[in-house]
Formats: sequence, structure tokens, C-alpha cells
Amino acid sequence: MLFSSLKDSRDVCCVLCGAAGLGIQTVEDMLAGIIVDEGFSVFGSREYMSRVRGGNNSTELRIASEPVDALIDRIDILVALSRKVRRNILERISSDTVIFGDREELKGELEDLGASFVDIPLSSMAKEAGGRIYSNSIAAGVLLGVLGLGTKGAEDFYMKRFAGKDGVVASNIGAVTRGYELGLAMAGEGGVLKGRPRNPKGRKAIINGSDAVSLGAMAAGCNFVTAYPMSPATGVLSFFAKHAEKAGAVVEQVEDELAAMNMAVGAAYAGARPLVTTSGGGFALMAEGLSLAGVMEAPVVVHLAQRPGPATGMATRTEQADLDLALYSGHGEFPRALYAPGTMESAFRLTQEAFEIALKYQTPAIVLTDQYFMNAFYNLDADGLEWLDEPPSVRETEEDYRRYEDTPDGCSPFGVPGWGKGIVGADSHEHDEVGHVYEDFDLRTRMQDKRMRKFAGMEERALPPVLVGPESFSNLVICWGSTFPIVREALECLGRDDTALLAFEQVWPLAPSAGDLLRKASFTAVVEGNSTGQFAGLLRKTFGVAADRTVLKYNGLQFSVEEVADRLGEILPGKGGGR
Amino acid sequence: MDSTAFDLPGIDLSWCPGCGDFKILDSIKKALAELGLGPLDVVMVSGIGQAAKTPHYMKAHFFNGLHGRALSNATAIKAANPALEVIAVGGDGDMYGEGGNHFTHTIRRNPGITNLVFNNMVYGLTKGQASPTSPRGFRTSVQVDGVHAQPFNPLAAALVQGATFVARAFAGNGDQTKEIIKRAVRHKGYALVDIFQPCVSFNSVNTYKWFMDNTYTLEGHEEEDFGKAMELALLQEGPFPLGVLYRKEGVPLFEETLAAYRKDDRPLFRREAPRKAVKELLASLAG
Repeated sequence: MLFSSLKDSRDVCCVLCGAAGLGIQTVEDMLAGIIVDEGFSVFGSREYMSRVRGGNNSTELRIASEPVDALIDRIDILVALSRKVRRNILERISSDTVIFGDREELKGELEDLGASFVDIPLSSMAKEAGGRIYSNSIAAGVLLGVLGLGTKGAEDFYMKRFAGKDGVVASNIGAVTRGYELGLAMAGEGGVLKGRPRNPKGRKAIINGSDAVSLGAMAAGCNFVTAYPMSPATGVLSFFAKHAEKAGAVVEQVEDELAAMNMAVGAAYAGARPLVTTSGGGFALMAEGLSLAGVMEAPVVVHLAQRPGPATGMATRTEQADLDLALYSGHGEFPRALYAPGTMESAFRLTQEAFEIALKYQTPAIVLTDQYFMNAFYNLDADGLEWLDEPPSVRETEEDYRRYEDTPDGCSPFGVPGWGKGIVGADSHEHDEVGHVYEDFDLRTRMQDKRMRKFAGMEERALPPVLVGPESFSNLVICWGSTFPIVREALECLGRDDTALLAFEQVWPLAPSAGDLLRKASFTAVVEGNSTGQFAGLLRKTFGVAADRTVLKYNGLQFSVEEVADRLGEILPGKGGGR
Repeated sequence: MDSTAFDLPGIDLSWCPGCGDFKILDSIKKALAELGLGPLDVVMVSGIGQAAKTPHYMKAHFFNGLHGRALSNATAIKAANPALEVIAVGGDGDMYGEGGNHFTHTIRRNPGITNLVFNNMVYGLTKGQASPTSPRGFRTSVQVDGVHAQPFNPLAAALVQGATFVARAFAGNGDQTKEIIKRAVRHKGYALVDIFQPCVSFNSVNTYKWFMDNTYTLEGHEEEDFGKAMELALLQEGPFPLGVLYRKEGVPLFEETLAAYRKDDRPLFRREAPRKAVKELLASLAG
């Protein structure tokens, strides 16, 4: 019987796939909204090729009563809108999977995989509804029917999206209704979510990584954004561009990343709170400017959304291989802070933290995300988000103002040109306290020490990693950034009482207390999305603790819960009360 | 305001004796003083090179950044606080070579900044290599057979990109340079002043005498005539005209078009975090 495997499942996992340009994203947006309106939780993740039309992209939607926030392999329901479904999807199809597709369109594809294939004449149904472009709405209707979520949500969605185009609205609603009747008939009265508890009140905000970083920046008072478009970091630029007036922010797409970074440093000098958003290739171009921010003591925040390298790599795929780049980029030595949020809530919180630290210690701070994180989304309770204090206002300078006054903690009073009686200087050379170039070996040592003294304060304030699981652990699984929810769920699946997770969301400076936890473990494994174990290397360098094992992935796709559980299951020593 | 207000006592100038930069520095200080500006009104922005040391040799706010990036820094400073008088200074290598892309796109953006380029047609700081404006055949320790590339034409390039103020001066004519700088600073929009500047150490071709013999002062020139300006800018051989070749008023400034200032004229440093906006956006994401 179709869908029988869903009875005991915590969630229902639907995947839609098809060529770019078929409107998968519209369906994804609509379904996510309806699912949450109906009182369920949703997690979504998108993977796509670097092309505007054609190819084959997919989006995963997990639907559950309780919050879901991690990528899984299991596909309960697959909707295929076009042929040439790629191997990364085919490999995830099991005998329990129900596949919806148009036999005529797919030409027999997907029918010999041992899954249940249900022929839905999407093309002819769409034509009846008004044209082939409505096949995505038919598919959305089928899913809504199977889930038993009604058509009201879809009607509202189309009326809003195509306001004023009554014909388009009517055709879309017609298409959804046709699909809905088919879906509902297959799943039985009430659909497959029938009987599952709903929470109609809380967790209403659907937020993706790009929103979370943008909103966190805005909450911190970010008011200057410069960037050169580059996947997967452009979402933050578009977000600020769209809301520039509301945020009171200068937003400019510039000629190259050198301009982006150098404008940010100039803006910081004048008292703005700047952000640049880029990916690895663009960040590489910013390296000299990052070093400039270091010596000028300019509070600049960088959002670095990673994708696979080297060079152009895989433009629309994911990786965690720019940790070393972010940590060591820029010539010379200067302090910096690196954050790598794992959840939307912490992206909001940590982007604010990045601005606060950048301003307090007058040095660059970098928020490291990746393609997976930028495009992943789930619903959360916006009222539960954490807000840091508002940035302090800039003080007026006195006549004898010295921009680089030597102080015990290395932080000089921050003044800006045009506010007060003092001259405000900034220099890329080694300089005296006023900021003028002056070559003196003792001065050089003193100023370098002054700048690096700020690092001590930053280290003291570093956020400790999050420990999940038994405090009496003997095995410690370590991860950083976007893999956090995935590894957390994988460990829940393994259910071991001897294994805990240590998730780092600030990856530089590392909180000294983390070293004690590492030393306490008798076995450590680091899970990360690169081929050389960069974070494992950083832990070894910082704490002298070498990971016993690394679990690495670098094929361009994010880890899944099942994959992490399987690979950890193979290497974790002991039995640990596994289920 | 007296130009001595811009004097910075006790400085150790590293320019060679006789360098044209001394004269330009003097013209800048006098121009600013005559415009009634003081050291707290002005931000001198520069990159790297002999000319780019200028901000360290006068009293005013200063930002001495990286090679080639002064126009990006200057645009941002102006955008962050439009009340500041922002002047980007540098040499031909800095502005037209390393910073060529920013030169092009800053002109397109048209921020209300002044761009003074000390054009000596040679690299001084790195000791005598060819610059983007070195003439063909110019021999150096690197260009041992003479420069083979066509010289960069800053005035024509600026005009093509829509610069709203394009001028040329000669460091040797202090008063005229001062007057041109005054007009450039007063101009609403991006203003380029390419200043012929003799390098007494590394350029034995384009000397004071050469510049005097190969320049003339524009008279009766229609500054708003683009075609005529382009004709003058495209002159391959001297004599080269000195003065304002082109001027266009009324083109919107970069900082004026920014959404950031549509409902709020405060400079960015005076703004609070827009928490209400964030809360509204969060509410909109909750459907």
C-alpha cells in the first residue's frame, strides 16, 4: 500500500525535481508557507545546477509536527517534473518511495527502480488547465492532496503572487485543484499527515540562511553593503538592496571585490557599519583589503558563503573548504574573528556578534556560511531570536585626538572625520598614534603589540562550542558551521550514551575551555565538508589534540543525516548502548 | 582661511628636491583656504606612490590606503558622510594603472569627490619604471627597448565614461593649478584634474622646460562642448591645453541617488540600528 512506511516516521520527506525554469521554486515557496500555516514544521533544502534553464534541480521538503532542521537522504515522495533525474536523487530512492511523474514526459524513466511509480498525466492535465506552464501547479496540488492540506492556502498564494492577473490566478487554482483531487484520492481521506499533532501558533517565520545573515546584520546596525554578485553570497546583497531605504543602508553593486572591500574600509573609517558579502573567489580578491582593515583597525564584517574550489570550482554547490582561507587571508599579522553558524537562530545572533566584535576590537570579523546554509530554510519562532545590545554611538573627538592611541587593551577610542575637533587619520603603512607613516623599529613593535593585544580580549570573549549529549561522554564528535543540525540528528539516530557532539559556531579565536572537553574525550572524530580536515588541523594546532578520525565530504553536496550516522557508526569505538 | 592652516609642522618630506609635488601641495592648500575650507572639513584620500604621500604632508583628515584603491575609499567616505569634502590624490600609476578599473567605474558613479592625479609619466616610488602615461619609446631599467604600449589617455577615457568635470593643469603654473583645483572642488560631481608634474629624478624627457614648451592655456573655450573637449583630449602631440576641458552640470550625484538618504539625511555614523525595520521584516516572513 502506498505511503504505509510513513505511519511510524517522524516526518514526511518530499522531493521535487525537474529542469530549471519549470517553477520548482515557486512550488517550494508555496508549499512551505501552507505547511507552516497548517501548524506543521518544515525544513527545505535546494540543490541546483549552474544554469538558468534546463538541467535537473531538486528541492527537499521535510514536514513534521516537531521542528526539523537537517538534510536527509530518505525520500518518501518524489515528484519528477522532467526527465534526466540525476544520480544524487536516484540513489536516494527506495522501495518505500512513491514517485509521481508523467509517464509520457518521463518516457519510462524512474519506473524500474523498485519504488512505487504513479503516473500523473501532468502535461495533459496542465494543458486542460490552461497551458503546459501549469504542470508545476498540478504537481503542487498532488502534493497538497497527499498531505491533506487543502487548497485554500494555494488559492491565497496565487491571488497574492499574481494580483491583478485574474486569468493566471484562475488557471493556477484550477491546476492545483485538479492535482489535489488526484493526490487526496491516493492518500485517503485527510491525507498522510492525518492524526499528526499540529501547532498552529508558534514558529511561523520561515527563514533561510541568507535571510538570517541579512537580518542579523541589519539588527546590528549594518548600514553599508558593497558586493560583486557571486553565488551563493548574492542573496544577502539582494536582501539589503530590496530593503535599503527601510534599513537606511548604502547598498552598491561594485565593479569588483577589490572595490567592495576597499569601500567597506573607507566607510568604516567614516563611521558606517559595513558588510561585504562574497564567496571564496571574491574573498581571495579582498585579501589585500582585509589586511588594510587589519592595520587601519577598521571594523569591517565579511560574509563568506563557501562553495567548492579551487578557483571557479562548482558554482552552485557546497563545501567547507575556506576556513583556512578566512583564517589566514591577508598579509601580515592582525587579529580577526570567525563565526560559522549552524542554525538560522545562531546566524541571526552571530552576525550581530560579528558586528559587535568588529566594532569593539576595531578589526575584521568574518561570518562563514556555505551554499547549503544559504538556501536551506525552516520555520522558527521570531520572538525567540536573540538580540545583542545596539551599537554605541560615536563619540566626538577632542583637538588632540589620536586615532591609534596606545591603550592597555589595544582598543583606541573610535572617532570619525567630521565629528568633533580632532583630525582623524588612517594609514596602510605602519604608523604613529596619530596615523602618520613613520618608520621607527621601536614604534613598529609597539604598534604591532597594540593591535595584537586586542586578540587577548577577543579570545576571552570567544563563544564556547555547543555540547549536545551526555556529559559523561567518552567519544566526542566535533563539527563546525552548517553541519551542526545534521550531525546532531545523526547522533540522535545512533542513540549512544557514550557519545556527545561538540559543535563550534565561533571558529576563531577558539574558546580556551573547548580544549578541556577535547582532552577529556578518549576518542574524537571531526566531521567537516572538505578534503583535508581543516578544522581538525586548527584544533590540533590550537589545543595540541589530534582527532582520532575525520569524516570528510567534498563532492559538492552537503552531508545527510543518514550518511553521517552510517559513517560515525562505522568508526565510533565501543557499543555505547546503541539501539 | 589662511593656507597655513593646512600646514603640518615637523614633517619629514620624502619628495626629491625640485619635485613638482611640492608645488601641487602648495596649490591644494591655497585652493582649499580660498574656498573657506578648514582641515576639519576635508578628507585627503590616497593610495600608494609619491603623490599618494600628500595626505601625510598637510593638516586635514587623511586616509592613506592601498595602491590603486583611493577612489573606492573616497567614494565610500563620501557616501557614508556626504558633508565631508573628499579629495582623492595619487599618481598616474596609482590612479590609471593599479586603480584603472576603479577610475572607470567611479566616473560612471559620479560621486561628489575631487580626483587630483599628479601625472609625471613615470614610476617614482619604485624608481623609474614606465607608467601607463609614459610616452612610446620611453626607456627605463625595465622597458629596456623603450615603451611599446600606447599611453593611457586619462582625459579622453574620463570623457568617454561621462565624467562631469575634466581638467588639466601643470604643476609649474601654481596659480592656475590652484584655480583649477578650486573649480574642481566646487563642482557638483566627480571632478578629474590631471596635473602634469615633472619628475626630476626619473623622467629626463618630460621636464619643466618640456612641459612649458608643450602646453598652452585654454582661452575662450566652450567648457560644455563635449565634441570640442574630446578633440582637445585626443591630441597626440603637444602643445597640450591647460584648463577645464569639459564641464557638465546637473548630473545626479552617487550619494544623492542612494536609498539610504531618501528619508534620512543623517550621515551613517549618526544612525541607530534599524531594529523596527528588522522586526517588520521578520513579521513579513511569518506570512
